[in-house]
Amino acid sequence: MVKNIKLIAVVSLVIVSFFILLKGLNKTNNYSPDLNSSKIDFNFKAKFLYSNEETTLYELINDKDFSIVNIWASWCLPCRDEHSFLLNLKSLDKLNIIGINYKDNEINAKKFIKELGNPYSKIVVDPSGVNSIELGAYGVPETFIVDNKTKTILKKYIGPLDDEKLAELKMIIKNEN
Amino acid sequence: MKIKILVLTVFYLISFLNISHGANPEKVNQISKNLRCLICQGQSVYDSQSDFALSMKILIQNKIDEGKNDEEIYDFLKSKYGEWIVYDPEINKKTVLLWVLPLILFIFGGILILRKVSIS
Repeated sequence: MVKNIKLIAVVSLVIVSFFILLKGLNKTNNYSPDLNSSKIDFNFKAKFLYSNEETTLYELINDKDFSIVNIWASWCLPCRDEHSFLLNLKSLDKLNIIGINYKDNEINAKKFIKELGNPYSKIVVDPSGVNSIELGAYGVPETFIVDNKTKTILKKYIGPLDDEKLAELKMIIKNEN
Repeated sequence: MKIKILVLTVFYLISFLNISHGANPEKVNQISKNLRCLICQGQSVYDSQSDFALSMKILIQNKIDEGKNDEEIYDFLKSKYGEWIVYDPEINKKTVLLWVLPLILFIFGGILILRKVSIS
């Protein structure tokens, strides 16, 4: 009897841990903090890709209802994949798309834009990657949806945009108005 | 004499400027050892050579140059990346189990051993 109970206990423990681990497999292991608290610091300075002038993100996000801040680099392959989605978003009038060129070579970055098209209204460069950290970014590609009035991040996508994310992004912008 | 004093003052000023402005890699190392590299899990920012970690180290250096202390730098990063980025989690609602569980297990184990010993 005692033996039986022990066996059942061990087997059920194994089964439970199996399912816990199985569930863990499906979870993405990229940890992302809650965004409720994350107000981004818009005041960092950055230079434009196409001129030597300095600006702040604060100045860049002021003119329309929403902004998409997209971190990209010419050396980043997933950025190539998501580029068509950004071009698709360009047609929305309420939206301002700002590119942050992450740790890139200026010539390559310009070539990338020339080759694939320019979805961005403004592009600033981030040669050391520090500005992206100020935004709370993990790397490239990464996309933030910013409400320009309240200056808050509505949503953040780590990794390249895809059909699903694009649809969700459009919904968010639609619903917020 | 006056010239001597002047030269000495200038010398001190220069060396002082160098100290306050010069890189302080030890401080950066110390802070970055306590930070979790979020894209290369299991490594600290100090150990990692990923782009993320390299930028993080530059940022820490910049903050030190701005005169921020350790606490302010950790708080800044926590506000951006959440509690998870520090290796030493604070005690709060979410982490209380983490802190208390080993203690409970320790006490429980102690009781078990004591009972075994007293029975035999």
